[in-house]
Amino acid sequence: MSEVYDLLVVGAGPGGLAAGIYGSRSKMKTAVLDKNAEPGGQAATTAELENYPGFWEGTTGPGIMEKFADHAKAFGTEFLRGTVDEVDFSGPIKTVHTQQGDTYQAKAVVLSPGATPRKINVKGEAELRGQGVSYCATCDADFFVDLDVCVVGNGDAAIEEAMYLTKFAATVTIIVIHEEGNLDCNKASAEKAMKNPKLKWVWNSTVEEIAGDGLVEKVVLKNIDTGELTDYPTNGVFVFIGTEPHTAFVKDKIELDDRGYIVTNDMMETNVPGVYGVGDAREKYLRQVITAAADGAIAASAAEKYLSELETLQNDVLDESKDKPVLLAFWAPQIQESIDSISAVDKVVEGNSDPVGLVKLDTYRAKKTATQYNVNEIPTVVLFKDGKDVARVEGAKNITAESVADLLK
Amino acid sequence: MMEHLTKENFEETIQNSKGLVMVDFFSPKCVPCMALMPDVEKLADEKSDVCTFYAFDTTGNMRMAMKQKVMGIPAYLFYKDGEKVATLGKDILEEKGMAAVTEKLDELTETA
Repeated sequence: MSEVYDLLVVGAGPGGLAAGIYGSRSKMKTAVLDKNAEPGGQAATTAELENYPGFWEGTTGPGIMEKFADHAKAFGTEFLRGTVDEVDFSGPIKTVHTQQGDTYQAKAVVLSPGATPRKINVKGEAELRGQGVSYCATCDADFFVDLDVCVVGNGDAAIEEAMYLTKFAATVTIIVIHEEGNLDCNKASAEKAMKNPKLKWVWNSTVEEIAGDGLVEKVVLKNIDTGELTDYPTNGVFVFIGTEPHTAFVKDKIELDDRGYIVTNDMMETNVPGVYGVGDAREKYLRQVITAAADGAIAASAAEKYLSELETLQNDVLDESKDKPVLLAFWAPQIQESIDSISAVDKVVEGNSDPVGLVKLDTYRAKKTATQYNVNEIPTVVLFKDGKDVARVEGAKNITAESVADLLK
Repeated sequence: MMEHLTKENFEETIQNSKGLVMVDFFSPKCVPCMALMPDVEKLADEKSDVCTFYAFDTTGNMRMAMKQKVMGIPAYLFYKDGEKVATLGKDILEEKGMAAVTEKLDELTETA
């Protein structure tokens, strides 16, 4: 069993690496765990990456991801290798177990598991994977030098990867489900693709079957208007029709939507305190390197706040209240009457004959603790004895020198 | 350490091999291949009594790979006495890691 990390990030894509940067920079003991020796997630399998601000001409996915990783390392993020197969988020210390047999412990966990390519689910697809069917152009493009390949899909990834494939293959035919001229990808890529002489287009069509003896020899295309089936000879089929979240290992542990994406609020919090979800595996509108990185920054910042709140509550309130009574005062600098109340509490504590602990919390910054103890009014003073909240006074009108002194009796 | 085969010695080595052989078809450019490589190296040491492990860089050696019906990597091919008997592809390797290889080795040794 390893030492306990403040923040353990599962997945070293752009979301996870950004969480690593923000986490270790704010002095949390941070580690990023990934199944790959090289960080980068899906972005590292993208040849051309030209939409991350500040990086355009000649930027590659692996290149930019290496920079992310170097950045995280420079601030002290540890890198661990392993494929997570089991997690336990039930206690305050979370554990993560890997296929390789290691167990890691952390006070907060950022899940950045990413997504894997979606399958078309047609006859021949699984059988011929690695024998002409591929979901990774940078992995397999070399095999198709001077051969003919098809690309299925027409989103950003499909069109950009198709253009990359034209550097290798003799011809690249894009199978598009929409009517002629309609593509789901961004306009810049669409215009570039339409001008590329090595690209051929089949419109209004889907792939019905992939066939071949040992290696791919053809696809059977279906015209979605007429239902007509046509054989189309090809040596390879590259599939880029979106992704599926890689979240099977946290099913039943945190809330997922009906498609398996992690459900979070805008602080990246899942339904389990101290567990955050970021990147492509999160339910969201736009899945890009920049949005993943933003998620990671938010999650690490939220985790830091969570941990410091937890620490204050445990050390200064719960543990301390075993030796002497502790008052936990919820106030807010924006609310003048709460400031007045707190100074009244201060005076009582100072003048009290027996020692009394006092912890003041800015209610808006310590939302978790406020929610945990059902604080509905600012100010509120809660009395703790032996690690438990035993009494309280609520509202500026009720918090007076007398009422606080009574509370302590 | 796994010996790296080349297109010059691939066929001869496999044809003359006795018992179980596994060849890891990879390329340094392939991120998932390189991710699995340290685990394969480790397994090769542990299982050296039941199987001989080789690695084959497909870069510039596509023809040889395609002759073995490999057109996508990572791919682990198993040979018994020089005959190809099984292939493990990216899907199963990503899902189960080296457990998939161990299972396959057990299965192939049982039928020996």
